[in-house]
Amino acid sequence: MAKLLPMHKNDFPMWQGPSAPDAVYLDSAATSQKPQAVIDALIHYYTKQNANVHRGVYTLAEQATEAYEGARKTVAEFINAPRPENIIFTRGTTEGLNWVAQSYGGTHLQAGDEIIITIMEHHSNLVPWQQLALRTGATLRYVDIDDSGVLDLDQFKAMLSAKTKIVAVTQVSNVLGTINPIRQIGQLTHAVGAILVVDGAQSTAHMPVDVQALDADFFAFSGHKMLGPTGIGVLYGKMSLLAEMEPIEFGGEMISKVEKYHTTWADIPWRFEGGTPNIAGAIGLAAAIKYLQGIGMAEIRAHEEALTQYALTQLKQVEGLTIYGPADAQQRGGVIAFTLQGVHPHDLATVLDTQQVAVRAGHHCAQPLMSRLGVVATARASFYLYNGEKDVDRLVAALNETKEFFQV
Amino acid sequence: MNEDQLRMLYRQVILDHSQHPHHHGTLSDGSHEQQLENPTCGDVITVQVRLGEDGTHIQDIAFNGSGCTISQASASMMTDVVQGKTIDQARDAVYLFSQMITGDKTTKEMDQVLGDAALLAGVRAFPARIKCATLAWKALDQALPGFPKEDNAID
Repeated sequence: MAKLLPMHKNDFPMWQGPSAPDAVYLDSAATSQKPQAVIDALIHYYTKQNANVHRGVYTLAEQATEAYEGARKTVAEFINAPRPENIIFTRGTTEGLNWVAQSYGGTHLQAGDEIIITIMEHHSNLVPWQQLALRTGATLRYVDIDDSGVLDLDQFKAMLSAKTKIVAVTQVSNVLGTINPIRQIGQLTHAVGAILVVDGAQSTAHMPVDVQALDADFFAFSGHKMLGPTGIGVLYGKMSLLAEMEPIEFGGEMISKVEKYHTTWADIPWRFEGGTPNIAGAIGLAAAIKYLQGIGMAEIRAHEEALTQYALTQLKQVEGLTIYGPADAQQRGGVIAFTLQGVHPHDLATVLDTQQVAVRAGHHCAQPLMSRLGVVATARASFYLYNGEKDVDRLVAALNETKEFFQV
Repeated sequence: MNEDQLRMLYRQVILDHSQHPHHHGTLSDGSHEQQLENPTCGDVITVQVRLGEDGTHIQDIAFNGSGCTISQASASMMTDVVQGKTIDQARDAVYLFSQMITGDKTTKEMDQVLGDAALLAGVRAFPARIKCATLAWKALDQALPGFPKEDNAID
């Protein structure tokens, strides 16, 4: 049963101080706020542990290496990867997905092959495949959604064939909120011998994720959307597939032996992490994961489901509001895109901002989905563990104020 | 940001332009046009002009597309400002508008040249909306033949 959590705002410096407590932050799908525990971990690294990893033999360098590799282990356990070596640190979801498309895709695809994605993909899980298709002569195909924003699985099944090489899909839509049946999609994908790439940017922060249970071949997500720092992300890959993937960037740290005209690579995953990695970012991400585990991912999911249900119920009372995506909170993450009749989303977000309610307005990096929905842009409210019913009430009140302001 | 700034941003004149835009539509005999997109929201605007026979002044202008209050009002006001003007005068207006929106004050010259469009100075308080206000002006700048004077180039 979906249940709200006690409020966690006290753990977040954003809401400390004289003016801040009033701010309603409803844009966690873009990036989350950071708890003190994460900020402390960054400060601790830079003040007490700062050294480069995998290089020095002195104590400090060993401590830094231990913290960095410890973060890899924390991430692996968090998403139930078989081993820490399945975890590659990236800049974020975008980089992880691009690496799979460019490196794995670049060497495994040829003209006539097919890549299947969905119409609800974020540009970061769309443009890399579109460009890969253009480069290799492969065909890019889109699975459509029904009117409630749910994937058309029958169409997907009909699309699959021996030509299908890669299926790339988001676990949770950053616009519709739709939670896709990854496990089922994976089974269907594997049945035709293709691989499944999952965009976990909107899911990993908000619900229990088990990459083995999902049977994802690649799974990418970002640290900054899950209370961690910006500039750190994760690409998980099955060992057998990572072994078939060429390094993407060459330089320090990623080599085994360099000769004048030949180089051998370091082991997986280090061969994919050329140059000094984002050490502080990885340590901060591990701190974020520990904070989330302290609350419990199932509890966080239950909280967001309950809050989303409450929000859907309250928003329905606002006349002239159109809500996109599934009507049932069980089928969606804590993301609600909407439009208000007679008010452009940009104007809406500006007026909401004057009421100290922060929502996103725009195409949410999902222009093909916007076209499918027949809109240019929408407003979007998204929730996290620090949001509560009061935030939803403030949003609804601000929407009513907006209607009054524009007299619609 | 407060209520007063919001009232300045959405003054009645601006709302009127947005709801009843001037020169909205398409020219059947336009000589130059440019379509531009506001990358943050996906709004698309097309500005068309028909130059006079001597090729130096804007005989007719129209814009098309949908967008927020600010982008629509700004487009409408822009067309009023440059209709009948020479290319150089129009480019000067584009430059002045850009300076007004991104700067910190409205000069007498801006007031005189920009007319109603000078009322969009309130957008200054809303940096995220500056691109909405400048979209149509940029489209005009790119639609016109030739290039802006070096020191008048807008970003």
